[in-house]
Formats: sequence, structure tokens, C-alpha cells
Amino acid sequence: MTAYTATVEVRLKHGVLDPEAETTGRALERLDFELEGLRAADLFEVDLDDESAEAAHERATEMAERLLANPTIHDYEVTVEER
Amino acid sequence: MTVSVIQFGGSNCDRDTVQALAHLDIDAELVWHEDGLPADTSGVVIPGGFSYGDYLRAGAMAARSPIMDDVRDAAESGTPVLGICNGAQIGCESSLTPGAFTTNESARFQCERVNLRVENADTPWTDHFEDGDVVEFPIAHGEGRYEVDDDRLEQLEADDRVLFRYCDADGEVTPEANPNGSKHSVAGVLGERDSVAVLMPHPERVALPDIGHTDGQGVLRAFGE
Repeated sequence: MTAYTATVEVRLKHGVLDPEAETTGRALERLDFELEGLRAADLFEVDLDDESAEAAHERATEMAERLLANPTIHDYEVTVEER
Repeated sequence: MTVSVIQFGGSNCDRDTVQALAHLDIDAELVWHEDGLPADTSGVVIPGGFSYGDYLRAGAMAARSPIMDDVRDAAESGTPVLGICNGAQIGCESSLTPGAFTTNESARFQCERVNLRVENADTPWTDHFEDGDVVEFPIAHGEGRYEVDDDRLEQLEADDRVLFRYCDADGEVTPEANPNGSKHSVAGVLGERDSVAVLMPHPERVALPDIGHTDGQGVLRAFGE
């Protein structure tokens, strides 16, 4: 078994309104920053032991599918590194 | 034969729901989520409030709790299931109903009365109304904006699975009358069976004559049929 950290990044699908990101962007503009846009995402780091990086990736992907993301509104990306 | 009103830690419309059902002579009891659904359950309400701190997304944790397996089984066997507010979020998170309820366009918690247009009066939840009737229910949510992809929404509309839309007092569906930015002003939808429904507005808060409005009774009467 090898120790891995799977990183799951969950973000709203393109085109889905993100009022929190818009509010954050407006707050930055109030602080006199110039910006063209702002997107927010959630990042989960899952420590797990598995036979291979592929197996760890598969497990983390299932975690994203079943809980960490809501496939109706989210896209997600899974990356795996040895820990 | 008793309607089970499920209590999660943080549910806060559970007692209101039992009281509203009792007023309609419908037997109802509170069921703590860890206890599972009683065998004689004749209907299920997933009430409003909060659950598991609404961590991750509103309803996400409760949707994966063991009692929801019981609720899914009950729904599949035709038992009426109604999700209100947080219960609606849980219903969508658990795939009992399509789509998702997410952060209001305003990014704020909103507590106000809204008008709803009955979109399909041929369901157990709406058969006390007529198509196009305008009813007034309150909303109280921060994450009530209905989201679903365009193709799915088109299919839902074609299948008459939109139950209510936000509208003005005359029944016109306008952007101004849409309190939270919901896609196509959707306030409530049906599951695959019409015995399963979710909505963000609160019928149980307008079900007792003392409150002054009783439009919500029509929805809750589904459990008495």
C-alpha cells in the first residue's frame, strides 16, 4: 500500500451564477483592486492508502461523485500525489 | 397510519408541520432521524430548518444519512413524500427530485411572503387548487435558487413536473417576482412520481387560521387522501 493525498477541486459549472464570488469580487473592487472576474472553488485534500495512484484516483473520484460535488451544478477535478 | 415528520439536528419547522397536519385531522408524529422510519408510516415530511450545520451544501449531509434510504424506499412504494425548504434541499441532494437549490442571487438570507402560481393542479399536492391559481406562502432561505441544466428543465416542463413558480399578485411570472433568481422561477418540483414533491416556500406556515392565511392547507391535505 502507498500513502497518497487526493486533491478534489469542486467548482460551479460554467454559466452557473455564483453570488458569493460576485459579492467577493465587488468587495475587492471596493478595496480599489481592479479585476476582470473572480471564481471560487472548494478544495478537499483526502489522505488515503491504496495499491496504486490509479486506484486512489478512482476512490477520490467516487467521493466527489457521491458527496463532495453535486453533479447537477458542479464540475470537479481530482489529482493524486504520493504523501 | 401516521405521517412521519423527520427531525434532524437543526430542523425547526418540524413542530409547525405536525401542528398544521393535526389541524387538518391528519395524524402526524416527529421521528428522530436516527430512529428510522416507523413501519406504519403513511407519509413523510422532510421539514425546514437546518441539518448538520448545512455543511458542504445545504442538505448534503442529511441526504446521505441512513434514514434517507428508508425515505427512498417509501417513495418508491408510492408513499407521499414532501420536502419543504431544507427538506427540499435534502430532497434534491438525495436525488428524490431533480435539480439543486443553491445560493440566492442576492447572496442573502431572505424571509418574506411570496406569490406562487400553481403550474400543475393535477397532483396530490395541488388538486385543491386550479391551474394558474395564485397562492401566498412565506419563504425563509439563503439557498433557494433552483438550478438545473437547460435540457433537464425543458424536459421537466414538458412532463408537467414544475409544481409552483414565483409570480406577482396577478399570476404573472416576472424577474421582479422571482425572489432568489431561480431558473424559470421554479419554486417547487415533482419527483419521478407525483407522490414526491419538494418546494422552498413554507405551506405549513400558512395552514392555521390564527395565522391569517391558510393557502398552505391545500398542499398538506395530500397526506389526508
